[in-house]
Amino acid sequence: MTSNIIADLQSKRNIILENWIAQRELAEDFGGNFNSTDDLKTQSAELLDILLQTITSQNINDLYSSDLEPLFDYIGGLTVSRAKQGFSPRETAVYIFSLKDALLKVLGETISDNRELYTTTLEVSKFIDNIGITSFETFIRGREEVILSQSDEMAELSTPVIKVWDGIIAMPIIGTLDSARTQVVMENLLQGIVDNESSIAILDISGVPAVDSLVAQHLIKTVSAIRLLGADCIISGIRPEIAQTVVHLGIDLSKMVTKATLASALKYAFAALQLEVRRVAKEKSNL
Amino acid sequence: MTGTMTTNNRETIIIQQERDLIICRNRVKDFAVRIGMGIVNQTKLITAVSELARNMLIYGGGGSVLLEVVSRGREPGISVVFQDKGPGIADITKAMQDGFTTGKSMGMGLPGAKRLASEFFIDSVVGKGTIVKIIKWKNG
Repeated sequence: MTSNIIADLQSKRNIILENWIAQRELAEDFGGNFNSTDDLKTQSAELLDILLQTITSQNINDLYSSDLEPLFDYIGGLTVSRAKQGFSPRETAVYIFSLKDALLKVLGETISDNRELYTTTLEVSKFIDNIGITSFETFIRGREEVILSQSDEMAELSTPVIKVWDGIIAMPIIGTLDSARTQVVMENLLQGIVDNESSIAILDISGVPAVDSLVAQHLIKTVSAIRLLGADCIISGIRPEIAQTVVHLGIDLSKMVTKATLASALKYAFAALQLEVRRVAKEKSNL
Repeated sequence: MTGTMTTNNRETIIIQQERDLIICRNRVKDFAVRIGMGIVNQTKLITAVSELARNMLIYGGGGSVLLEVVSRGREPGISVVFQDKGPGIADITKAMQDGFTTGKSMGMGLPGAKRLASEFFIDSVVGKGTIVKIIKWKNG
């Protein structure tokens, strides 16, 4: 595309914008998401201005050119704001692609030479396609960020420290114990021990589906860290099938205090703290 | 591997990141439940798969896991094939020893998985990749 044509397009900015908006208003999927066509006009005018200002005869074929950054930044912002307004990615893409039709219509009227019109159409088409792709990528990145932050929140939520008794805290672990999760578990548990001035921590793994060598290694590290604080750690909730698997795997957990149930871990903890749970005989008057 | 095996059911899972391991374990569990495998063998199989898939991810840069329901005579089983195009294992005999690791792990992955599975087969070519196949029979 020659700089002449770009200058031409710049001078016909108003016609392109009118074409574009007229097309959007006619389109079937023009929903009620915009309160008025004024919003659509303002947004479209902004996008078209940035496009016409940044585009040159060189960067139209070089999408990684740094002078196109303002355009792609604007597209990113536009995608995010439209997504928040409830537009589907399809609607946003169709909106961007319809700019192509508006541009090509004006080009068809401006360029008389067929060969030139063909190459220019190809260039413009490719360029707008790429803007559409950028918009789509932004949309997906936004979604991925939401998923990642949700999984972080879940990791936080699912590792509560429970004070069971004076000096005893427990933490039930539900789900897979991967490296990131272990870090959260360890931090919360160590902080819990300090905050509650506990001398015994019970780590219940009833809800952990499988204990492989990495999970075992994480457990061993957690127990060592707890011992450094001068507290003791009991691992409870070892199911029979887990016990067999760990033995077959060849992992030695014998240096740790392990119990089958949380109840037996608690009993052990009471014994260690020289506490006793007794049934109290009911007073005769209550009978 | 002994006996004749007929294939009824198969599925491929691609392992590229740690969260793929969770999907892989869950799929293996579904397969094991489908053939009526008991909870102990299920757990052994899932743990073996977890070790091997993680090995593949850490040392092989990811790869594919092929799950298959197989049978020997009247007994069904699950066959799992792990294939990567990683650097390969230079000394398989050494890698199969308890406590040997080139990384920071416990070195229990390969030998542990072999003990947990009913049948275990490994082949590796340096520079080309590694293939590990395990079978866990329903009552094996």
